[in-house]
Amino acid sequence: MGVEALGQARVRGPAEAHDPGLLQLFWLIFERDLRVGLRRWTDASNSALFFVLVVTLFPLALSPKAEMLRTVAPGVLWIAALLATLLSLHLLFRADLEDGTLEQLLLMPHPLGWMLLAKVVAHWTITGIPVVIMAPVLAITYQLPAPAMGVLTLSLLLGTPTLSLLGSIGAALTAGLRGAGVLLAFIVAPLMVPVLILGAKATDLALAGEDPAGPLYLLAALLLLALSVAPIAAAGALRVSAD
Amino acid sequence: MWTWFFRLASPPHFYALAGKLSLWLLIPALILVVIGTFGGLVLAPPDYQQGDAFRIIYVHVPSAYLSMMVYVTMALAGAIGLIWRIKLAHAVAASCAPIGASFTFAALVTGAVWGKPMWGTYWQWDPRLTSELILLFLYFGYMGLRSAFEDLNQADRASAILAIAGVVNVPIIHFSVIWWASLHQGPTLSKLEVPSISTDMLWPLLMMILAFTLFFLGILAMRVRGEVLEREFQSRWAQDVLRSTSPVRAN
Repeated sequence: MGVEALGQARVRGPAEAHDPGLLQLFWLIFERDLRVGLRRWTDASNSALFFVLVVTLFPLALSPKAEMLRTVAPGVLWIAALLATLLSLHLLFRADLEDGTLEQLLLMPHPLGWMLLAKVVAHWTITGIPVVIMAPVLAITYQLPAPAMGVLTLSLLLGTPTLSLLGSIGAALTAGLRGAGVLLAFIVAPLMVPVLILGAKATDLALAGEDPAGPLYLLAALLLLALSVAPIAAAGALRVSAD
Repeated sequence: MWTWFFRLASPPHFYALAGKLSLWLLIPALILVVIGTFGGLVLAPPDYQQGDAFRIIYVHVPSAYLSMMVYVTMALAGAIGLIWRIKLAHAVAASCAPIGASFTFAALVTGAVWGKPMWGTYWQWDPRLTSELILLFLYFGYMGLRSAFEDLNQADRASAILAIAGVVNVPIIHFSVIWWASLHQGPTLSKLEVPSISTDMLWPLLMMILAFTLFFLGILAMRVRGEVLEREFQSRWAQDVLRSTSPVRAN
């Protein structure tokens, strides 16, 4: 019922009794985006494949020695995750902008930031979760011991949604621009630096046998901050882009 | 009581005011630079550890300070433009970016020049250098986003949002980089701490900081003037200004 219910809710307007509450609205948009995203299967799988590709390239350029791979693994996997996120960001609003869905969202009487949050969560589910799932598998090829592997996965689980949320601001700013891919990466990457540092550091600490709780807590804090602020900024940016 | 504010925000009024203002800011800036340079390069004693190499702080510290101050100014101007829809504020924000990027670049280069004799290398992944470099990328991103829009109004508002997002992030980046560096490597050479330096080294530094700030404001006034003229190109007062200053049309 996803799209139809959304459409009806819009046509009838907020005065009608059928207005979906915020939670249902979130779910409708999330479900719709998930469905659309999974139907464009190649787009969705590209970011996970890119993640694997980048991680594969590093041993070829550096050296296949287990000792060295283990030390660079946290950095390599985190950079690959960041690049995969950057690569997938342009998909966040493009299809919706082209087929007019975005304008309908802008016209809806509901808070735009909330709806964008649903979109970002759906986007992360399609592009971010595969990365998180692939990470332990790739970590094995880098000879990462089990505890560090767990921390790496946890740090990606906490960090990649923040990357998507930060990225949504950039994606919203550049939504109307043609060929904005590099610009989008350039705008967003500096903002992602703290997440990269904390994520790689948490894994590094676990690798050295130390307690990684500090950076993980900070990652969680950044996630909460991004969750509460980024959708508002993205909503403002999208209103500018849609003008 | 707000009339002065609204008059300030009106482009023709601001154009005239900024013309006078830039001169009154740049002349004191020049005087202070001369005094500060003399004080810093001649009067101040050489540092007991660093010798004469420390004297680069008289350029480096003001540049680094302004690189951040200009970014905050830019974000504030952008926010004012966004909230109260004042076009002049957007013009100010747009004019800030190249100046700020230049100061950031100057801070990086002088830092590298100082690093060679002190650290034995031009570049060290020192937290301050690193976060300064990221700041430079933030400036580039801002300018890149501005130039990507064809519509000026859109460029103004989009870049304002980016600047605000950046200014929220700058402290987080800064602290994360400090924390990263402190765990990555042992303590580097102890940095200069302003309160602990002797007064005959300090006063030229303060003078230079003031001079650089005045210089920034003066250049900003000049740039905003140009920006306003370009934006108001078709209005009558801008045409009048252009006609009166253009050597071709003048009779």
